[in-house]
Amino acid sequence: MTSISSAVLGLRKTAVSRAFGSWLGRIAGGFLILLVLTAIFAPWIIPFDYAKQDLMNGNAPPGWPHLLGTDQFGRDVLSRVIYGARTSLSVSATAISISVSVGMALGAAAGYFGGFFERAVMTVVDLTWSFPDILIALIFVAIIGPGLTSTTFAIAIAYLAQFTRLTRAQIVRLKGETFIEATINLGAKPSHILLKHLLPNAIAPVIVVGMLAIGDGIVLEATLGFFGLGAQPPTPSWGAMMSSGTAQLFLSPWVIIFPGVAVAVTVIAVNLFGDELIRALDIRDRIKGA
Amino acid sequence: MLIPVSISISVVIFMIVHLLPGDPIDNLIRVGSSPDDRARLIAKYGLDQPLFTQYFRWIAAMFQGDFGDAIVLRRPVADLIAQNLPYSLQLGGLAFAFSSIVGIIFGTISAVTRSAAVANFMRGFILLGSTVPGFWLALLMILFFAVRLQWFPVSGARGWESLVLPVLTIGFGGVALVARVTRVALMDVRREDFVVLLHAKGLSSTSILMRHLLPHAMLPVVTILALRIGWILGGAVTVEFVFGRPGLGSLLIRALGQRDYPVVQACLLMLALAVMIGTLVGDVAQAAMDPRVREAKK
Repeated sequence: MTSISSAVLGLRKTAVSRAFGSWLGRIAGGFLILLVLTAIFAPWIIPFDYAKQDLMNGNAPPGWPHLLGTDQFGRDVLSRVIYGARTSLSVSATAISISVSVGMALGAAAGYFGGFFERAVMTVVDLTWSFPDILIALIFVAIIGPGLTSTTFAIAIAYLAQFTRLTRAQIVRLKGETFIEATINLGAKPSHILLKHLLPNAIAPVIVVGMLAIGDGIVLEATLGFFGLGAQPPTPSWGAMMSSGTAQLFLSPWVIIFPGVAVAVTVIAVNLFGDELIRALDIRDRIKGA
Repeated sequence: MLIPVSISISVVIFMIVHLLPGDPIDNLIRVGSSPDDRARLIAKYGLDQPLFTQYFRWIAAMFQGDFGDAIVLRRPVADLIAQNLPYSLQLGGLAFAFSSIVGIIFGTISAVTRSAAVANFMRGFILLGSTVPGFWLALLMILFFAVRLQWFPVSGARGWESLVLPVLTIGFGGVALVARVTRVALMDVRREDFVVLLHAKGLSSTSILMRHLLPHAMLPVVTILALRIGWILGGAVTVEFVFGRPGLGSLLIRALGQRDYPVVQACLLMLALAVMIGTLVGDVAQAAMDPRVREAKK
């Protein structure tokens, strides 16, 4: 595994610094760093307690002291948006990490061993691939029941097909290369070839697509939260805030507008930075081929 | 290929629904009824049979157009589908047409324009369209066009006015997608040798674009559009919900909440069918348009 982690480290050092080279990459990357820091330090940053109700001061428009206004229970929208970043980012990042690890294992095994195993895995993968992610997630949340844990697994399952396909495509492409044939002929074990030679070479596109998928995961988490299937009250998440805000849509639109802006800006930043990474690594063709 | 896929999809849909926790009988039973009543209800809907038998009964009935009775809504599922499907088809069809036409136009403009402002606007539009969550856009549209300007109704499905906002919401993402694919395809084709030759022959840029570049670039666009039929239906699920429109999506979400197995199964099957038909149409269209694909299949 050391070579995989060193491949990731190498990727981080060279490509990330190159992605920061353009001004778009700098703005998007800077925003993302700021956002992650905000999410980590949310409990110390928020101006008000995110769960504290103040019924006398409900539906207050943006102003002072509530910069982004209050919701129907008088809770501070700014504090809830900041704290919601914690929920949304951690759910999406956890889900995509699961998705990437399982997808890489499945895809690598399918691509390397081939045969019946490959056909079985790819049939299931193609099946889920043809379904919209929101439907897959809805079905799984319906099976396990609403909540943040099931949302996490639902998102992980919804994007599993993507990483399995991508990893398999990389492995199949690499398997034909001369240096792999040479290693096989030198008598290397399959595990050695897979872990030391195939995966380190296949990892860059998977990691970048994984980063882009964190953006999709945030949207999916927000959508599930909007259906009332994600974070349960009083835990703030961007989707759940919008869900409870729909009842007050005409009275206090700011309850819906600001969490939505947070989702949109975050996902746009993720996409811009991901694009810069793809350009920096020059892997556009390898991603498209999957 | 289509037959094994349909069989596995039907098994998966059948099994998934039986893994759902909760029992539709619990929703049906009245306070004070005896265990005997419960057993009679279970027998009536065939829930006491082995899963294998239930599956074959379900498949056999479906080929006769009988999707069973909705357990909670107490009506034939086929009726519910027949009632909701036209709304989804109408919305999906319009959104599809809107995304294709506007998307191809936008993609072409962004590929051929020399103005940096137009190119940047298109890039921004494509980025926004592929990232902004559909339900939030729907809420903003309601807020602005239905509440502030009062141009369109807030919800419901009466008349064409109620279709405008849902179609725009689904179409926004679709336009961005189609525009992106069109743009990339046009850029790729433009680098081919035969295009250089056409320019050398002295043809005007417009006629090269209309007669040679666009037909070429339409191949990946048609593929993506066919694959995306399912995604447009998926988008319709959230949008139908926000706008309070009847349709397969609203029906599915309501049935999921009530654990109404037959309805969930039928809705998922309809959506799966749409996805498969989309893929098939895409393959056929590609073969019809591209002689290279036709020759390879022979």
